[in-house]
Amino acid sequence: MGLIHEIDYGTPASKAEKQVTLTVDGFTVTVPEGTSIMRASMEAGIQIPKLCATDMVDAFGSCRLCLVEIEGRAGTPSSCTTPVAPGMVVKTQTNRLKDIRRGVMELYISDHPLDCLTCAANGDCELQDMAGAVGLRDVRYGYEGDNHVFAKDRADGAENFRWMAKDESNPYFTYDPSKCIVCSRCVRACEEVQGTFALTIEGRGFESRVSPGMHQLFLDSECVSCGACVQACPTATLTEKSVIEIGQPEHSVVTTCAYCGVGCSFKAEMRGDELVRMVPWKDGKANRGHSCVKGRFAYGYATHKERILNPMVREKITDPWREVTWDEAFAHVAKEFRRIQYQYGKGSIGGITSSRCTNEETYLVQKLIRQGFGNNNVDTCARVCHSPTGYGLGQTYGTSAGTQDFDSVEESDVIMVIGANPSAAHPVFASRMKKRIRQGAKLIVLDPRRTESVTSVHAKADYHLALKPGTNVAVVTALAHVIVTEGLFDEAFIRERCDWSEFEDWAAFVADPQHSPEAVEKISGVPAETIRGAARLYATGGNGAIYYGLGVTEHSQGSTTVMAIANLAMATGNIGRRGVGVNPLRGQNNVQGSCDMGSFPHELPGYRHISGDAVRDIYEALWGVKLDNEPGLRIPNMLDAAVEGTFKGIYIQGEDILQSDPDTHHVSAGLAAMECVVVHDLFLNETANYAHVFLPGSTFLEKDGTFTNAERRINRVRKVMAPKNGLADWEVTQKLAQAMGLSWNYTHPSQVMDEIAMTTPSFQKVSYDLLDEMGSVQWPCNEKAPEGTPIMHVGGFVRGKGKFIRTEYVATDEKTGPRFPLLLTTGRILSQYNVGAQTRRTDNVVWHAEDVLEIHPHDAEQRGVRDGDWVRLKSRAGETTLRAEITDRVSPGVVYTTFHHPDTQANVVTTDFSDWATNCPEYKVTAVQVSPSNGPSEWQEEYEELSKRSRRIEGHMEAAE
Amino acid sequence: MTMQPASTDIAARAATVVAERRNLEGPLLPILHELQAEFGHVPQEALPVIAEALNLSKAEVHGVVTFYHDFRREPAGRHVIKLCRAEACQSMGGDAVAARLQELLGIGFHETAKDGSVTLDPVYCLGLCACAPAALVDGEPVGRLDEEALQAIAAEVRA
Repeated sequence: MGLIHEIDYGTPASKAEKQVTLTVDGFTVTVPEGTSIMRASMEAGIQIPKLCATDMVDAFGSCRLCLVEIEGRAGTPSSCTTPVAPGMVVKTQTNRLKDIRRGVMELYISDHPLDCLTCAANGDCELQDMAGAVGLRDVRYGYEGDNHVFAKDRADGAENFRWMAKDESNPYFTYDPSKCIVCSRCVRACEEVQGTFALTIEGRGFESRVSPGMHQLFLDSECVSCGACVQACPTATLTEKSVIEIGQPEHSVVTTCAYCGVGCSFKAEMRGDELVRMVPWKDGKANRGHSCVKGRFAYGYATHKERILNPMVREKITDPWREVTWDEAFAHVAKEFRRIQYQYGKGSIGGITSSRCTNEETYLVQKLIRQGFGNNNVDTCARVCHSPTGYGLGQTYGTSAGTQDFDSVEESDVIMVIGANPSAAHPVFASRMKKRIRQGAKLIVLDPRRTESVTSVHAKADYHLALKPGTNVAVVTALAHVIVTEGLFDEAFIRERCDWSEFEDWAAFVADPQHSPEAVEKISGVPAETIRGAARLYATGGNGAIYYGLGVTEHSQGSTTVMAIANLAMATGNIGRRGVGVNPLRGQNNVQGSCDMGSFPHELPGYRHISGDAVRDIYEALWGVKLDNEPGLRIPNMLDAAVEGTFKGIYIQGEDILQSDPDTHHVSAGLAAMECVVVHDLFLNETANYAHVFLPGSTFLEKDGTFTNAERRINRVRKVMAPKNGLADWEVTQKLAQAMGLSWNYTHPSQVMDEIAMTTPSFQKVSYDLLDEMGSVQWPCNEKAPEGTPIMHVGGFVRGKGKFIRTEYVATDEKTGPRFPLLLTTGRILSQYNVGAQTRRTDNVVWHAEDVLEIHPHDAEQRGVRDGDWVRLKSRAGETTLRAEITDRVSPGVVYTTFHHPDTQANVVTTDFSDWATNCPEYKVTAVQVSPSNGPSEWQEEYEELSKRSRRIEGHMEAAE
Repeated sequence: MTMQPASTDIAARAATVVAERRNLEGPLLPILHELQAEFGHVPQEALPVIAEALNLSKAEVHGVVTFYHDFRREPAGRHVIKLCRAEACQSMGGDAVAARLQELLGIGFHETAKDGSVTLDPVYCLGLCACAPAALVDGEPVGRLDEEALQAIAAEVRA
């Protein structure tokens, strides 16, 4: 295998079309205009010595090592900052250049420790490489005098005021200033790649040092720990702590991150079967070599002590767990499920697929339910996040997915972000978006909160529509009102691609004065002029792209908002080419995939309705069973049925519905009423408190498969170590199916993908061979698009004509009143992921140890709440307590919290109102009251007690967590 | 906000200074100059205020402030002497002048006398090479420094 080394071309690629031919050391090379001599030379296979250049950031020309001679030009220009010219004749190695380079290296080494043998970067140090490359044999300057290397003067022991101690404040990497050569690659990576600008060079001349923030510790600075600086550092100055502890990796495997829907490609760098570090892969098409704190560093949960590695069973949920063999566990589940079906009917059991697991695993779970359980009682967590996307975009455009690839943002001129905070939830996409904004694109944000995405350094939103939670439809329709009444729509596009009469009907609807910004201002609190300005900018500013998140979907009118967004894009012609489009930012790594794989009760893989005879025929022939042509139960329906006593058994793979689903009391009542709850997960999660069987899961590092990200990109997940629990998740499902009498016999997930491709038109050409060859592919991938489809709806909509749909604003039933005068909305932060099952079990907790309630100073003052006080958060559904943070990021009347920690249980408070079309819960709006409190609520105390009791394992000294 | 009252005043004043200048082209340096003129130095508490108002990171503002030696991190003495240490002045006996001046003032370069009377800074070329060795005393150029001139300067700043 060996380590994968991407070629570093030194400077970014030029996108120019015009080609230029030059000669480098006698070899002819042709490159795009604007390419640096350094890059052109590397293309010709000649590596010019360099230290401050790397192809992730622009040329800087500070290290003076990459000098070359050019025929007919005076001096020795730096090859990184000099662009190629036609007919140029370049020499990269002459006696003069050799002398200069050796002299420069001597100076570098005269202020650098000579501890190579014990240095963490030994074997992966560009300074070391360059010393070798230039033939450095001697350092004439010695180490006396001024230096940054030694803490004390070596002669008299006096303090060296220039020396700075190592900064170990970040949990994942160290900063050792004594090894820094001030190439400023880290500073530029933080600025150009990540866009946080947390680093600078302080001082000047010999006093120059890298400084996080204002000469602060990394942890105290604005640093978001994305790792771009560590990746860029050519020395041991910035080094992963894991490399310091373990040593350099010896082989690497390209795989896909298992956190958010961006789906970053990483090299898992290994030593034996120990993971040394995760490094973003430059050829990854979603992330282009960038990462965030979660994917880059937060993988420690895979070896966390609380991870359960043995199957467990218990009679009652009040009993302690009993460890059993895999065979006993499978036999027990099969027996129980068959008993329940015999006793309560075929439809009395069901299952939930996981958006965290692979496509192949998800496909197998829905297959187990349809083929083995003989019903359609399968649902997935997308029910609670992006089901309105599937419905809304399906209705208007004909596909249930985003229209673009992430590269498309590089050509956007106006970016509208609705109900999403990419800087926290989709950080790598946010970095790519901010890069485009720094190049001049405009940004419009619709969000009740002034999020990081609104106030990014050098990428501030031009318009922030701080709307009242629950008024999305009104505001988006008001944008349409402006576009229609001011004649800003794209008539040619609409006449060609859409149904003109439907447009006319819709235009008449939105033009009604009740949808005007002035009228909507009263409902939403957004000034009419801001709405008008944003609408004009989106309609007339060039390529307009919309990215949206759960702030759109998780509402009682989630589907309506999705359709309103689709209308906006159609009306302005912003569909069907690069730089435009409508893009849901999917929350989980494989939520797109789990939807694609037929996880919904009404759909077979590829979004084909279960009532379609032709579709059922395909699977009935292959699986040898008769399929039910009626849709099965959705998650909330399963819980309702459980409370009623007609639904008794469930197989839940990799989802913690107790914590993530709304109205916790209802979920717990439903689970408690069941007779066989099977939880298949890495940890004893909150749902497992109500489980009778626990099947230990495997991590993404321990299995083969594919994840499909938010841009429909099917990425390979590759096994880098054996499953610590013994079986990959797909094997667990297969063995369970076998125990239930099904004759499954897959020996590798690629065979599952072959079955998916064989039965699903949009995956027709997908195979592991194709993925290995292309790296990744975006569906649809079929006869018409054998290499996949980066941009959808080019030349026409998938459904034929784009459909305009009226979007009437209906206020949610969740209303504020005297008892519950504030509106609670929920969200995420950067360092934690979803319910936190993984990230809470990593050092990411240094950034976010608990959920807090953000409240406006005015509302806090009225209630006598001070910053850091415990407060009680109460709604019609329930109450919880947490600490308050007073901030004007939220408007008066709005409070905000995250749901990363189970002891807060924000969903105790959320209600069971949901989207009219898809039942997607209304997490984003809950009427609440906030009052001072002394500590945890009764529910929190009871629940903690239950958790403790429920997590006892026989023979173990103490319960996990 | 958990700042001390004095800091709050600085932050408030900084906010005003920033507000008056934020629409200039390249507003950061004029803002820093104005703060230095007002406080005698650029107070640390002002940096986050500037960063937020100009949509810069704190690190960027810190980088600029520390790059320019003329932006002070704490107040200078009542008098400021900038002695030229560049080549022309060195060739005209600048080393001896520097040593003598430090001796007379009782402070080294980059230091302020304990009584706050004077700060001594090295500078690199005042453009007064024809009158080397040269210095700036409270902004006034002084040339051809000799023992007499140094004594006079020391007496003046001590007065």
